[in-house]
Amino acid sequence: MSILVDKNTKVITQGMTGNTGTFHTQQALDYGTKMDAGVTPGKGGSEHLGLPQFDTVRQAKEATGATASCIYVPPPFAADAILEAIEAEIELIITITEGVPVMDMVTVKRALTGSKSHLIGPNCPGVLTPEECKIGIMPGSIFKKGSVGVVSRSGTLTYEAVHQTTAVGLGQTTAVGIGGDPVNGTNFIDVLDMFLDDDETKSMIMIGEIGGSAEEEAAEFIKQEAAKGRRKPMVGFIAGRTAPPGRRMGHAGAIVSGGKGGADDKIAAMEDAGIRVASSPSELGTTLDALLKELA
Amino acid sequence: MNIHEYQAKELLAKFGIGVPTGYPAMSVEEAVEGAKKLPGPLYVVKAQIHAGGRGKGKFSELPADAKGGVRLAKSIEHVEQDAKDMLGNTLVTVQTGDAGKQVNRLYVTDGVDIAKEYYLSMVIDRETSRVAMIVSTEGGMDIEDVAHNTPEKITTITIDPATGFMPHHGRAVAFALKLEGGLAKEAQKLSKKLYEAFTKLDCAMLEINPLVETEGGELLVLDTKMSFDSNALYRHSDVEEMRDETEEDPMEVEAGKHDLAYIKLDGNIGCMVNGAGLAMATMDIIKLNGAFPANFLDVGGGATTEKVTAAFKIILSDPAVEGILVNIFGGIMKCDIIADGIVAAAKEVNLSVPLVVRLEGTNVQQGKDILANSGLPIIPADDLGDAAKKIVAEVKQGVFA
Repeated sequence: MSILVDKNTKVITQGMTGNTGTFHTQQALDYGTKMDAGVTPGKGGSEHLGLPQFDTVRQAKEATGATASCIYVPPPFAADAILEAIEAEIELIITITEGVPVMDMVTVKRALTGSKSHLIGPNCPGVLTPEECKIGIMPGSIFKKGSVGVVSRSGTLTYEAVHQTTAVGLGQTTAVGIGGDPVNGTNFIDVLDMFLDDDETKSMIMIGEIGGSAEEEAAEFIKQEAAKGRRKPMVGFIAGRTAPPGRRMGHAGAIVSGGKGGADDKIAAMEDAGIRVASSPSELGTTLDALLKELA
Repeated sequence: MNIHEYQAKELLAKFGIGVPTGYPAMSVEEAVEGAKKLPGPLYVVKAQIHAGGRGKGKFSELPADAKGGVRLAKSIEHVEQDAKDMLGNTLVTVQTGDAGKQVNRLYVTDGVDIAKEYYLSMVIDRETSRVAMIVSTEGGMDIEDVAHNTPEKITTITIDPATGFMPHHGRAVAFALKLEGGLAKEAQKLSKKLYEAFTKLDCAMLEINPLVETEGGELLVLDTKMSFDSNALYRHSDVEEMRDETEEDPMEVEAGKHDLAYIKLDGNIGCMVNGAGLAMATMDIIKLNGAFPANFLDVGGGATTEKVTAAFKIILSDPAVEGILVNIFGGIMKCDIIADGIVAAAKEVNLSVPLVVRLEGTNVQQGKDILANSGLPIIPADDLGDAAKKIVAEVKQGVFA
């Protein structure tokens, strides 16, 4: 098993005919993902990369039975694209687009309430289940089918965790990049909950960064679930220990403000929840491997 | 993006929000002109810099007992004197750092008879994913101190975007500020207008401190700070025009032109990384190895020769930089192409400090070969840990040599 996506997941791309959409849809096809169609308003009836194009998400869904959509639409139009996918009742919406205005995401987040959709992102690298399904921009070559569930706010740090767990021979069930924006669709807790439920996921890596309190909330969730006997070995990492307060570090959400969102509080919360925190970003794989050997 | 107080007040006034009458001034003459248009006899002369704590700030060029960056003037002559004192001088406040900021703009406003001071701010609350309005009776204070010492004096109201600002939100604001009668109605109207301004302008933060009740029974915005979601500026050209680049770090402005995220730090190891999270983690691992990063720099997904060259130039413009660590997790981009870009960029900028490069992704060996055969003093690294150790060792060696 895996979470969110597997070999049967049927995927459409919104914004497929642009440069980014074209490149990454081709990459997904090469990986073996069941890419079914593209949605580009005004290009319905045409073909791109050998896939049919539709004017609306609903048409694409009805014609193909797709349950997932990957969005590469530019920032000014991204929220509209997500809302269209929510209205078409696409189950899994993965938004790669970086730079979506936060006020747009406030509206989107509200529209998700009570809907049938899960949103991953925006500003995220996507979701990948090794050898089965790749949605988004993660490099397939570093993955290996295995037992670690990876969830991260940062794209390239997801790659580090994947690369390192491949190097130590553990491999991954699924890697999920939830994105670096202050308002996003899916948080750590949702993903960790799925990993805890997934039989094949034997251990987990969670990578957070400064800003907000999502890591503290996730640590609290892990602690409460562990108290109920629901637990898996877990390694954590927080990026930004050296970041100065009040400065936004690249990601829209990575900022320590008003004394909140600092790395030390997050690390303390993770340790308190029994999560083994790697001190160095180059030791994610080895820390997990060592932890598993201790427990064996 | 931040703007000046006078600009924020101009924007708020357009939404029908009460602000004291005032005029911006770039010169002593303009300050006097502005004051002459005001009724008097009380004027306020306010230094316009992008930092708080102006009132208690000190000018480096003036005697220690001189007044700060917000001054009450009792005549046009005093306005003139205050303007002369402030313009061109350096104001040091708790938020500017020791270097302070040069005052190039002033704001001359009408004096206000204050009966009471309140606090009101708005942000996007990440926990609820909604706009939150934070109000307190403790106006004029540092709100973080109030939150720490007397949290019961702070009320937070979150607004459902599906309904927008409802009358009950306005009543909650008025009750929290302990206002009654006409003033309570004023507060309800004001808070609704502020919500409109915040959402329509795509603010990241709007703080009014203090919001004042005048002796005449009006609510006025006495001081305000506004910042904007830079991702939404494309739909607010009027706000973008308010940008004052002299208030920003020149290298950060330059980096922005090349679509690079750069933040200067105090160390001596320059960093160039793809991805914000990995860039922060690279800074962290340099510190773990006993040195300190000179900057945060995210080159983004497409580490092209053009971008890498621009990034090298920006990093090297900081004289403190004694070595550079490049850490690129290529992902889908091929390492040989990135390596070509790094070599071309290093040649173009005549790189004179040690350069450690860690590449990961497809074609990693070809990438390393290109670096090794470049004829440049580039030190390849196997992984992030190895890269950090190598650059720290190189820089320390340089210091003791």
